[in-house]
Amino acid sequence: MSKILIIAEHLDGKLNSSTARCVSCAKDLKVEAIDVLVLAADAAAVGAEAAQIDGVAKVLTIARGENAHALAAVLAPQVAAVAKNGYTHVLAPSTTFGKDLAPRVAQVSDIMAVEGTHTFKRPIYAGNAIVTVEAPQAQTVVATVRTASYAAAGAGGSAPVEALSLDVALPTHTRFVELVQGKSDRPDLQGAARVVSGGRALGSADAFKIIYALADKLGAAVGASRAAVDAGYVPSDLQVGQTGKIIAPDLYVAIGISGAIQHLTGIKDAGTIVAINKDAEAPIFEIADYGLVGDLFKLVPEFEQAL
Amino acid sequence: MKILVAYKRVVDYNVRIQVKPDGSGVVTDGVKLSANPFDDIALEEALRLREKGVATDVIVVTIGPADAQAHLRNGLAMGANRAIHVVTSEAVQPLTAARVFLKLIEKEQPGLVLLGKQAIDDDCNQTGQMLAALWDRPQATFASKVEVSGQTAKVTREVDAGLETIEVDLPAVITTDLRLNEPRFIKLPDIMKAKAKPIETLQLADLGVESGNHLKTTQYAPPAKRSKGVMLKDVAELVSALKAKGLVR
Repeated sequence: MSKILIIAEHLDGKLNSSTARCVSCAKDLKVEAIDVLVLAADAAAVGAEAAQIDGVAKVLTIARGENAHALAAVLAPQVAAVAKNGYTHVLAPSTTFGKDLAPRVAQVSDIMAVEGTHTFKRPIYAGNAIVTVEAPQAQTVVATVRTASYAAAGAGGSAPVEALSLDVALPTHTRFVELVQGKSDRPDLQGAARVVSGGRALGSADAFKIIYALADKLGAAVGASRAAVDAGYVPSDLQVGQTGKIIAPDLYVAIGISGAIQHLTGIKDAGTIVAINKDAEAPIFEIADYGLVGDLFKLVPEFEQAL
Repeated sequence: MKILVAYKRVVDYNVRIQVKPDGSGVVTDGVKLSANPFDDIALEEALRLREKGVATDVIVVTIGPADAQAHLRNGLAMGANRAIHVVTSEAVQPLTAARVFLKLIEKEQPGLVLLGKQAIDDDCNQTGQMLAALWDRPQATFASKVEVSGQTAKVTREVDAGLETIEVDLPAVITTDLRLNEPRFIKLPDIMKAKAKPIETLQLADLGVESGNHLKTTQYAPPAKRSKGVMLKDVAELVSALKAKGLVR
């Protein structure tokens, strides 16, 4: 039986949906208990939110000033100390938060399926091969969960919240300076049910306004290919793909994106993929459910008007 | 200050990976190999820090089979002062790689260790973080900007929420993201010069490093295929197809 500790991801007092996706993954592990650990300066709001995730047995909180920002070097000793309390598995989302933190304790990256308590499937080569790996039985499994492979566990739970105080020395050699967030009223790219992405073919930052307009009409988040980010059309946090965000929206609309394998790996789990591109031979059409060949500057406004 | 740079050789990013029919691995015979693109970025950053006078020596390190020498020569041609080749015929997992680096750190005493944030073959994204933990030094992962002044480095990181800046004391581990820099091209005279630069060869077995290859890979499989969809003739067809699926109102 598995006793699982999930490290909650949160920002600005709000729990990230990646945490509930980890709970879904944990449920496949012959569960004895799923506990969630919240590390924060003030853990009350996030702890209460985590307690509502269906399937969570207990929420543990460590509220310390040092935990105001998610610095891996500061969080890791606390995670390690809590994990010693009989946990067989420690899970974190495979987001920049989890990827920064989890390997400090040694791990399996990007679980996409649970085959047994210590056997997992994970992607390699940008998702072009899937390996089955076995972790040693004698050690606590520390792993990140590929969030696109799991739906978020539902609400309706009411787990008790227990505040911990740990006597762990924390390093001061790593200090937070600032976080510059992309200001947006649109849905969060990683959790959005619909995403509209633009690529190099847009040609300029200004031209991206047709992408935003379509996204707003659809109630969608906005994403981009690496080429569009490299060209400076949009900020880096919008990049979708192997080295950006791996997403699984119900609807993904790829506009002016040719479909490099590194991009395709980020969208393979989408429900329905729509591609609009002027090149009928573009690889994006190999995986798109619906393809439209033509001038995006004509088709996209037309699409937006038709909604 | 010395900078140690991880410089892994991987299957080139343009190669379409094929899983062997018997599920024992991926086809690597005869495919093009090249430097992990993130490690090229790490090397470029180290060279720029040397050009700015922050660093004196840039040392490229690879852990790999005997024929990885030619790969290290590329790193030297790009501008590294010297190279260390830790020879092993086995694929190493991130924890083993991190332990090897820790050994080299004890010997070389670098002020900075730069690694790609992930290698594009196993996509683990772990070695830098593991090294920082073992070394008990700061880590700055996913770097898109690095400024070193005195005994600290200010690093801007590409995180999901945007751009985070942290300050770390040196020595430290930094892992590089795509937009940190654009690696330079190797010029022919540099290739000639690189032939004279030293490569130190160490056998992994002689380093006294405990293996961290804890994960056993039991099977390789191709990913689930998405079936090819349909090409539509106009926007009206698209909208009605999406309506039929309940994806738009």
